[in-house]
Amino acid sequence: MGKAAKEKTNNLMRGADGDWEVIVGLEVHAQVASKSKLFSGSSTGFGAEPNSHVSLVDAAMPGMLPVINEECVAQAIRTGHGLNAKINPYSVFDRKNYFYPDLPQGYQISQFKQPIVGEGTVTIDVDGETREIGVERLHLEQDAGKSIHDQHPDYSYVDLNRSGVALMEIVSKPDLRSSKEAQVYVAKMRTILRYLGTSDGDMDKGNLRADVNVSVRKPGAELGTRCEIKNVNSIRFIGQAIDVEARRQIGILEDGGQITQETRLFDPAKGETRSMRSKEEAHDYRYFPDPDLLPLEISEDYIASLKQGLPELPDEKQARFVNELGLSAYDASVLIAERENANYFEAVAKGRDGKTAANWVINELFGRLNKEGLDISASPVSADQLGGIVDLISEGTISGKIAKDLFEIVWTEGGDPAEIVEARGMKQVTDTGAIEKTVEDVLAANPEKAEQARAKPNLAGWFVGQVMKASGGKANPKVVNDIVKKKLGV
Amino acid sequence: MAELTGLTLSEARQKLRNKDIKAQELTDAFLKEIEAANPDLNAFVAVTAEKAMAQAKEADARLQKGEARDLEGLPIGHKDLYCTEGVTTTACSNILSNFVPGYESTVGANLWGQGAVMLGKLNNDEFAMGSSNESSSHGPVVSPWRRNGKDGTPSDDKLVPGGSSGGSSAAVAADLCLAATATDTGGSIRQPAALTGTVGIKPTYGRCSRWGIVAYASSLDQAGPVARTVEDAAILLGVMAGHDDKDSTSVDMPVPDYSAALGKGVKGLKVGVPEEYRVEGLSDEVDQLWQQGIAWLKDAGAEIKTISLPHTKYALPAYYIVAPAEASSNLARYDGVRYGVRVPGNDIIDTYEKTRQAGFGDEVKRRIMIGTYVLSAGYYDAYYLKAQKVRTLIKQDFDNAWDDVDVVLTPTTPNPAFAFGEKTGDPLEMYLEDIFTVTVNMAGLPGISVPAGLSSQGTPLGLQLIGKPFDETTLFQAGEVLEKAAGPVRVASKWWHGT
Repeated sequence: MGKAAKEKTNNLMRGADGDWEVIVGLEVHAQVASKSKLFSGSSTGFGAEPNSHVSLVDAAMPGMLPVINEECVAQAIRTGHGLNAKINPYSVFDRKNYFYPDLPQGYQISQFKQPIVGEGTVTIDVDGETREIGVERLHLEQDAGKSIHDQHPDYSYVDLNRSGVALMEIVSKPDLRSSKEAQVYVAKMRTILRYLGTSDGDMDKGNLRADVNVSVRKPGAELGTRCEIKNVNSIRFIGQAIDVEARRQIGILEDGGQITQETRLFDPAKGETRSMRSKEEAHDYRYFPDPDLLPLEISEDYIASLKQGLPELPDEKQARFVNELGLSAYDASVLIAERENANYFEAVAKGRDGKTAANWVINELFGRLNKEGLDISASPVSADQLGGIVDLISEGTISGKIAKDLFEIVWTEGGDPAEIVEARGMKQVTDTGAIEKTVEDVLAANPEKAEQARAKPNLAGWFVGQVMKASGGKANPKVVNDIVKKKLGV
Repeated sequence: MAELTGLTLSEARQKLRNKDIKAQELTDAFLKEIEAANPDLNAFVAVTAEKAMAQAKEADARLQKGEARDLEGLPIGHKDLYCTEGVTTTACSNILSNFVPGYESTVGANLWGQGAVMLGKLNNDEFAMGSSNESSSHGPVVSPWRRNGKDGTPSDDKLVPGGSSGGSSAAVAADLCLAATATDTGGSIRQPAALTGTVGIKPTYGRCSRWGIVAYASSLDQAGPVARTVEDAAILLGVMAGHDDKDSTSVDMPVPDYSAALGKGVKGLKVGVPEEYRVEGLSDEVDQLWQQGIAWLKDAGAEIKTISLPHTKYALPAYYIVAPAEASSNLARYDGVRYGVRVPGNDIIDTYEKTRQAGFGDEVKRRIMIGTYVLSAGYYDAYYLKAQKVRTLIKQDFDNAWDDVDVVLTPTTPNPAFAFGEKTGDPLEMYLEDIFTVTVNMAGLPGISVPAGLSSQGTPLGLQLIGKPFDETTLFQAGEVLEKAAGPVRVASKWWHGT
């Protein structure tokens, strides 16, 4: 009961006879950002002709031997630092033995008992609540090649370009409690990897994918039997797969059945998971230390030097945006999600008001980019230009409304915002004499409304709107407001 | 001609450098000798005459210009476990019967880079698994040696040349090449050398690159030479050894000038004699030879000490867990998908099964099955892990011994050469052939076998010297003393000539 009390209760899944808790653990496979493969000099380039990035080692020719790519080791260590994890100075590469045509060696070189990175944590924010998700371990392993079954009626084809590319398998503890949390966790993991530059996290290219372990239990009960859903390749599908699988398990349990431990596949088209192989059919991988490779021994100095070279990480950046730039936690979290976005924002915010900059970047720029399906790198409005617009607002040269028009002009036509404002007469009118004249005209034209407003000062706003309209939006709204109230005597 | 092919490598090198003979002449003599002998001995599985003559021609040009490299123009045989660029490399297995590598092993490249001439590829046990060369897909090698017959004529019984480097040992003993490459995982250089009256050294693990050598058991495999004399072995190993970036287990240490250290004798050398090697099944004559070896070294000024290597008896069983375990994984790549022989099946699993059923011989299948078993879930700890612990203890035995002695002297094999089929019926009987040699592989140490005399049947016997890690130099020095004391051990009759 003591343990249950600590558990969250706000995202239980309702079944026919009460609530169920969903327990999720993730194995994220992230391709290491490196020029060459984990144990060979072949390129890791994407999209090349099939079998054009295949060395003798990758094809497992007789007598070939693996040689560790030190950059991949460094990337794994950097990632470990980014996950606040323990880096193991001694780790071992093992062979995971199984037969498949896209696995030329007949074994995958992986790390089994002694991984390079041990326990760590990832902090996630879900619905305003911050949760620490445990990382069990991170290990390096080889990717397999690709089997292609739809090219020939009788044969399958194999492309070994991916064969031997370095992957980091990052295993979480079963700390996630909903599909939403799992999605946020993967998104956060991706952000961390991209900040570190240790993986591009590109899910479209299969460079980030996850095996999802799902079980359900009554709140406070022992952990249930889990099923592993293999190779889910988008954040959306991860969410769907978890919900669908949890529902399936709850259905079975509520019908008095039992969950069978097995490996399943998620079919997004049908919205279901189905059995791939049972525990009995599970491979016996016959792991043993790879005798072609020496154990990996890493000095504490090297581990420390890699830590020193780390960039500012998402959590640190978010905290800085909140504490130093005065942003809300939510705005900060939106801005830091992609390192390029954060960099853009920082360029806009430099020497300017952080909140205004955040507003403009998030609401105007991101909104527009999303609408057009553009990436920040393809933004027609540069950080300098957007900064110029923000400057014009804070100087009082243009109103917020005019600023939106100006943004539209800069987006479609380009140009220096200040020059555009000058050339097109978009400057805000702060000349009180001119405004007073307009106010008097509007009051004179609407004597009844003026009478009402004198009795009910709230109605003064109507006159402010009319004056703004009459000025073509260029009048300074604050000045207009003051003059209207003065003339009405309210 | 016989005078040419009967030369030692060192003598031939001198004659070439003195321009007394030509490399082409020497190469041609060996090619003719192979042609005459190979139908009977089956030592070579491929003769690369054209390539050899081309290399010899280039060697003559260099010799002429005084630009001779270390092994310029010296014809050698090359074990078929080494990948050879453009030359079929089968590892004496049906599964690789059509495999032509596009690359040269590092050790091979080292040899050719110093001017050695490749006569052809030498027979061996399939994937180096065997102690008699009877498991080769190319058929067994017949030892040039014969037992004494009843009336003073040699017996017609075909004897094994040892294994797995049986082609290497037979070819060197029969004067079909000056020397040969070989590999040793559990005794595959030293045991064949002992059974054929040749010198074979397995260097320290990591001394030679394994890159481009078909793997049997990666943590035990090492390349080394089989030669007629200790000096020749020293010359060859000096060229074969060296660090290789492409083999993570190769060691980055300078290679000493082994031949320069020869002739220093054993005065003051502390020689250990392990009491645990007096095993059941050790023949009286091998025991006597061992005592003789001790006496020779003592006479030459060495200090003899009885030592204990208490875990010796576990070495053979542990070896037959570790080696098959690694082999079962190393041989997984022979699946018929990318190269080698494929026997088409109904689906991929059927193709794997048919390919491997047809491609592998019985001994290889046996070891794949043993290896798969000992690595299986639930058995790993009891077998593989325990065997690795034994391995550590065996290493410790030697580490302790090195506190007291510089080198260890043992017999190489418990018995002299046996006849075809004598041990193939009982794999365990065959495995016992390796009882004195496997410990050396398990401990990663260097070991040399030197011919030390003849058995009562007139066949060769060898003594083994085991050294400290990377102390091959001492093995050559002590080996030379044994070699001199024992005198020449050469095949008496080249019966395949019909004489």
